[in-house]
Amino acid sequence: MRRVFVGGVAIVVVAIIVGLVLWTSRTSRTVPAATDYGQASAAKAIPARSASPADDGNWTMPGKDYASTRFSGLNQITPANVSRLQVAFTFSTGTTEGFEAPPLVVDNTMYVVTPWPNNVFALDLTKPGAPAKWTYNGNAAAAAKGVACCGPVNRGAFYADGKLFLNLLDGHTVALDAASGKELWRTKVADIQKGETVTMAPLVAGGKVLVGNSGGEMGVRGRLTALDEASGKIAWIGYTTGPDTDVLIGADYRPPYPKDSGKDLGVTTWPPEKWKIGGGSVWGWLSYDPTLRLVYYGTSNPGPWNAAQRPGDNKFTAGVFARDIDTGRVRWFYQSTPHDLYDHDDINEIVLADVPGPNGQRIPAMLRPSRNGYFYVQDRRTGRVLSAKPYSYINVYKGVDLKTGKLIPVPEMEPKEGVVLRNICPAAPGAKDWNPSAFSPVTGLVYIPHINLCQDMGVSNANYIAGTPFVGADVKMYAGPGGNRGVFTAWDPVSQRKVFEIKEDLPLWSPALATAGNLVFYGTMDGWLKAIDARTGKLLWRFKTASGIIGQPISYRGPDGRQYIAVPSGVGGWAGAIVTMDLDPSDPSGALGFVNAVKDLKKKVAAGGTVYVFALPQ
Amino acid sequence: MSSLFPNKLAGIALVALLSGCHRDQQQPRGQPLGETVPEAANPDTIFPGGAPQPPLDPRAAHYERNAYAIAQGQQLFTWMNCVGCHSHGGGGMGPALMDGKWRYGGRIDQIAASIAQGRPNGMPAWRGKLTSQQIWQLAAYVRSLSGQVRKDAVGARADTMSNTPPQTETIRKPVQPADSAQ
Repeated sequence: MRRVFVGGVAIVVVAIIVGLVLWTSRTSRTVPAATDYGQASAAKAIPARSASPADDGNWTMPGKDYASTRFSGLNQITPANVSRLQVAFTFSTGTTEGFEAPPLVVDNTMYVVTPWPNNVFALDLTKPGAPAKWTYNGNAAAAAKGVACCGPVNRGAFYADGKLFLNLLDGHTVALDAASGKELWRTKVADIQKGETVTMAPLVAGGKVLVGNSGGEMGVRGRLTALDEASGKIAWIGYTTGPDTDVLIGADYRPPYPKDSGKDLGVTTWPPEKWKIGGGSVWGWLSYDPTLRLVYYGTSNPGPWNAAQRPGDNKFTAGVFARDIDTGRVRWFYQSTPHDLYDHDDINEIVLADVPGPNGQRIPAMLRPSRNGYFYVQDRRTGRVLSAKPYSYINVYKGVDLKTGKLIPVPEMEPKEGVVLRNICPAAPGAKDWNPSAFSPVTGLVYIPHINLCQDMGVSNANYIAGTPFVGADVKMYAGPGGNRGVFTAWDPVSQRKVFEIKEDLPLWSPALATAGNLVFYGTMDGWLKAIDARTGKLLWRFKTASGIIGQPISYRGPDGRQYIAVPSGVGGWAGAIVTMDLDPSDPSGALGFVNAVKDLKKKVAAGGTVYVFALPQ
Repeated sequence: MSSLFPNKLAGIALVALLSGCHRDQQQPRGQPLGETVPEAANPDTIFPGGAPQPPLDPRAAHYERNAYAIAQGQQLFTWMNCVGCHSHGGGGMGPALMDGKWRYGGRIDQIAASIAQGRPNGMPAWRGKLTSQQIWQLAAYVRSLSGQVRKDAVGARADTMSNTPPQTETIRKPVQPADSAQ
């Protein structure tokens, strides 16, 4: 008995010591899990726990975590000291195309991915000036630039298990050994002869590398391809259009509303054969819930833009899929914009967060500032819409019916052949385009960098020729009400209201970053990186970079234990095409009508490609 | 008065004679030229060792400043989805065509060659999809976008949804050396 007691005490003591050691080592290396911030207030949204682990100081994927929070748990830089932020080092990529890819930081190495031709630089952060450890030349085919609708951009790489995964513009996915830069495998996932490119960042989860195709303006057939992480072999392909067997819809498909239910809707909601060239590409952001083992992503606009050529709901374009990661089978689908009339893709970021329910419970939800102008909060288990309030000016839709899940269009705003329809709001890039928001568990707010553009539109019959644009629309965009072309909105997804907004002259094309230091960072197309107070929106610091900013700012902990902020600078993309492509502003329809909205951009900024890294003085 | 009459007659006779002369001097249609796209047309470049620059393709004169060819080219420009990349000359996925800057040369035969052969930064090769005549017509229209042709040859009505001014208002841009856009 006595011996047992002593033994028990010893075990307890050892356990306490081990626990203490583990606890201290954990707290010395990490900051609280993002989810921990949510405990303070029951009224706030909090990130999905399993999809948003504690911050380890790295930035391994564009969205920061599977929940796509773009939130850094680092808190050394605060509203009190951000005014002293200064450049630590810079890195020039040698490219001048639109620079959208966030640098990744993993264990004291920074991985910089460039736009076409998709080179990668691995920078050693432990050495002064961060010299390159290795470089990788993607050598993406130049011809691919001719079928990339909105600039030969790349939206970032993904680090997992000692490997770096990225997509090349000419339709290949590659896996690199993160230590050496050696190419481990290369798989073709898209065909430029059909107008397909790949611009999105892959998402790696559950042993799969998930990749979609771009080309919603080229008459492609959209799809998500899952590759085996180890070999690069294709595991499954889930098409956006076509028969259920291609879309991977089976008996376990449970759409949230009757409108998305039926047999072979990917065929029957189209005129004969048109689903084969109907778009619905997958060029945006994926999120993943490890508990439900579901991957979430949105599909692009249907093609062509001239909707008269494709009567019907055009499933499964302009909506959100929830797919089982292992099999690719569709669990549910919700079509945000049936029979899209204005290029209102649905590919924007999906933030996985748990919101307070009516009885004090937490509802596993997703937050989606959509291109059609509505901020959707949906139950991510079922797809049911919990709320959908406009976060921007809209005059082409009346609202979302929560009973049926239907978007209610304004019939007189439907473009017709032979007529120029004026003052369509939001314009083709929507209330917000690809550039993702950040979600702070500290404030519970979603920080949305977006745009305020309206357009005139005339449609005409588009001729399908593989490898060429399939659009059939003349568009001319201009600033919406108020005259400011950009807006930065802080949105409370629980109370469904705007907390503050900042008007920006130029369209906002850069993603946002939120930090535990209660700061939010975003960039402008004329090159300013701005830091604002996460609670009030007050501008606290800004820095003018060499070119315009359309890339994701990130935050990481350096080998010296300090917090760093990094941002790519290099104007381009659809909004910046006038600069990178040297377009002529005297044609208002240039770049699918975007040129008219940014006629002044060439006078303000030139092309470039530089990563800026900032820190507080030592 | 009476002295004026013979003068008037002489004047009429002179006009008739001159116009007759003009008619006599009218260009015969001559030997028909094969409607092939100029394989020999190069992007502007250096011809080393004093090698001669290739002359303008003789077919150029049949299409350039030809209202019919330009109108046909304008229609093809939309039908063949050129407009999707180059817009109405301002550019987008492809470069602007109205600014006088030519990556691969701004002569009509050079433009026709670019359309037929494609170019490495994304310009598709149309040789297998369009007839040579259509390619020449497209080249004639493309050249007109930067105001290189006479105003009486271009369309006075924009072929678009009132977003772009008609071509008769296009200001002539000087042709820049090839690749100046790069």
